[in-house]
Amino acid sequence: MNAFFEFAANFASVCFGAAMIVALIRIFLGPSAQDRVLAFDTFYINGMLTLLMLGIRSGSSVYFDVALLIAVFGFIGTTALAKFLLRGEVIEP
Amino acid sequence: MSEFALPLWAALPAGLLLLCGGLLAFIGSLGLLRMKTFYARMHPPTMGTTLGTGCVLVASMLVSSALLLRPVIHELLITLFVLITTPVSAMTLTRAALHRTRMHPDNRVE
Repeated sequence: MNAFFEFAANFASVCFGAAMIVALIRIFLGPSAQDRVLAFDTFYINGMLTLLMLGIRSGSSVYFDVALLIAVFGFIGTTALAKFLLRGEVIEP
Repeated sequence: MSEFALPLWAALPAGLLLLCGGLLAFIGSLGLLRMKTFYARMHPPTMGTTLGTGCVLVASMLVSSALLLRPVIHELLITLFVLITTPVSAMTLTRAALHRTRMHPDNRVE
């Protein structure tokens, strides 16, 4: 049964890596700025999931804190970029 | 790789959840590449992020609970955070896209 779990963990890691590559292609390819921001959103979520997979496979809980930090700062980055696209300024006086 | 021995009740559902989560995240990101317009591209990654993150976090909770022999639920923090922030960022981004299309109608979001 551990063989099945190991296969599933490897499969999920490969899937998240491929998803990150696809999001990177969209970042480089995206015709407009909002496409790039959307692809960045997908990219950091998949990076967070890759870190969680590392945490599951190694059995340590250090990766969890890193994943939480990536989630928080990725959300802040996406919101700041969207706000910049919307108003031309992030923090308004 | 994983030298620890997981009990059957944790390994089977965690493996299934990891398979589902990986497939969902990959399909969602692939939709980002395949869809034609920006507003169509908004849809697929949200499925990938919400369901994929949920599946992986439940699997992580199962595995760490089985390893530490006590319930571990601090992964719920990430689940809650992602569930709250994904709609917020999607809505902000869509409003920015609408604004940009309205301000510059010549370079339309195709």
